Amino acid sequence: MRYIPNSPEERVEMLEIVGLKSADELFRSIPADVQLNRALKITEPLAESEVISAMEAFADRNTASKKTSFLGAGVYSHFSPTIVDYLIQRSEFFTSYTPYQPEISQGTLQYIFEFQTLVAQLTGMEVANASMYDGSTSMAEAFLMAQRVTRRDKIVIAETVHPEYLEVGKTYTQHGDLTIETVHFDKETGRVLDAELNKLDDKTAAFVVQSPNFFGCVEDLTILAEKAHAVGALFIVVFTEAISLGLLKTPGECGADIVVGEGQSFGIPMSYGGPHLGLFACKEKYVRNMPGRLAGIAYDKNGNRGFVLTLATREQHIRREKATSNICTNQGLIALAATIYMEAMGKKGLQEVAMQNAQKTAYAKKKIAEIEGFELPFSSPTFNEFVVRAPKNASEILESLRKGKNTIGGLALSKYYSENDNDFLVCVTETNTKAQIDNLVENLSEFS
Amino acid sequence: MSNTIPENLRYSKDHEWVLVEGDLATIGITDYAQHALGDVVYVDMPRVGDAFGTHEAFGSVESVKAVSEVFTPIAGEITEVNDGLNDDAEKVNSDPYGTGWFIKLKMENPLETDAMLSSEEYEEYLSNQS
Repeated sequence: MRYIPNSPEERVEMLEIVGLKSADELFRSIPADVQLNRALKITEPLAESEVISAMEAFADRNTASKKTSFLGAGVYSHFSPTIVDYLIQRSEFFTSYTPYQPEISQGTLQYIFEFQTLVAQLTGMEVANASMYDGSTSMAEAFLMAQRVTRRDKIVIAETVHPEYLEVGKTYTQHGDLTIETVHFDKETGRVLDAELNKLDDKTAAFVVQSPNFFGCVEDLTILAEKAHAVGALFIVVFTEAISLGLLKTPGECGADIVVGEGQSFGIPMSYGGPHLGLFACKEKYVRNMPGRLAGIAYDKNGNRGFVLTLATREQHIRREKATSNICTNQGLIALAATIYMEAMGKKGLQEVAMQNAQKTAYAKKKIAEIEGFELPFSSPTFNEFVVRAPKNASEILESLRKGKNTIGGLALSKYYSENDNDFLVCVTETNTKAQIDNLVENLSEFS
Repeated sequence: MSNTIPENLRYSKDHEWVLVEGDLATIGITDYAQHALGDVVYVDMPRVGDAFGTHEAFGSVESVKAVSEVFTPIAGEITEVNDGLNDDAEKVNSDPYGTGWFIKLKMENPLETDAMLSSEEYEEYLSNQS
């Protein structure tokens, strides 16, 4: 949008045309007692050099970026190849919006098609859409999709799905007729508690499980899929750490009907929690109930390949209130960043980075478990996150590391799980060095 | 494409047809309707056991151009849906009065069909449309 300045003379001329004496009269419909009758408290105009100094001073206040971090819990620190940011800043990509006359933008549709293909391969599913806002809204949309497919109104969800995802799911569906029941976790394994699987019944639209779950534990998806299918429910698999798909069996192979998750790990900066990227894939037989946009490949009468937006008849601009979803857009630029990341890394690169995450995490687990008084409460296999049980209050330990050791040691679980005051979640990625891990272990030893 | 309108059926102004056999009604859309829609790619069906009142949307037809609702001209409970359309929705175009049927329902009140159009009345209705 252009900024169009106007002179005092032009303002007078415009006011005359509409028959007003001053611009203030334009706001007469706003009651006087809610009007701000003073100037805004902003500084006087600055010279460019002064603005740069001021912005640098602001940037210096961001000390978190200079700390060693072992914080994950839904947003992950990963290396992004330089080519990702370089390519997305090309103006053909950077300034384009989801096209309203889509087929004229063949380049946009082609990368969306490539993105969908990669997401489908990565999740082991047959179709993927052009992306959603983020992992949590993808999951909420999957609830509604399962309701449409099964015509049932109950969602059964593991308590170990990211607690903020669950909040979004509840907010998203609060005015509909869905009910949401949670399944507790097993205090030994950190996984879904088998004894509570009887919550699955013939009213259940979907069973929703995250893997690796919020505690970093890898769930036994194949068995859980069977439990869901035995009552005729769909099995929805959620992930927050997309890199894990480079190493683990795909959710599709394990029997998932819908796979949703966060794609931030693929070349997208953490940037205070957004904008991120919702991934959404499902079995082809449910494609007409899938939310969002879908790019397809087509051939014209001369056999030339082209890309099209397909199944758009499900969408809002055609079906109005009967559309499958309110979402008729996608995260264009961010999906492009993820596409470039996946293509730059390739199949081998992704496996390698996933392996580094898993191995460094295994080393950190071993070392932390050796510290006197510290233990790992959950026995399940993990990917790049795990829970540590400290001998003292975890929040206090982490606060002390942050202030005294320039280290973010993880996330205190008491924020979400009230009974776990001494537990905290640690994440180790390829960006953490062995020296950093050894330092963390040394620092934690002081609390033993 | 045949322009003949079968005489043994009853018709609605929404372009559905009904074949009455006892208290069972078979329902589909007319040749005129399929022609107006264009190539049908998908039909969204209700389930056996679902009950509908008169003139309620029981499903939708998706063509390459649009998605349109289909309505029950008469009230009743679904006894059968045409699963054949799942794999071959094109039957709605090629054989609208035959293998392209949509649903069978047990009518609440078979007398409702008396208020529907006969083939002659429907033909006249169509000629006034254009």
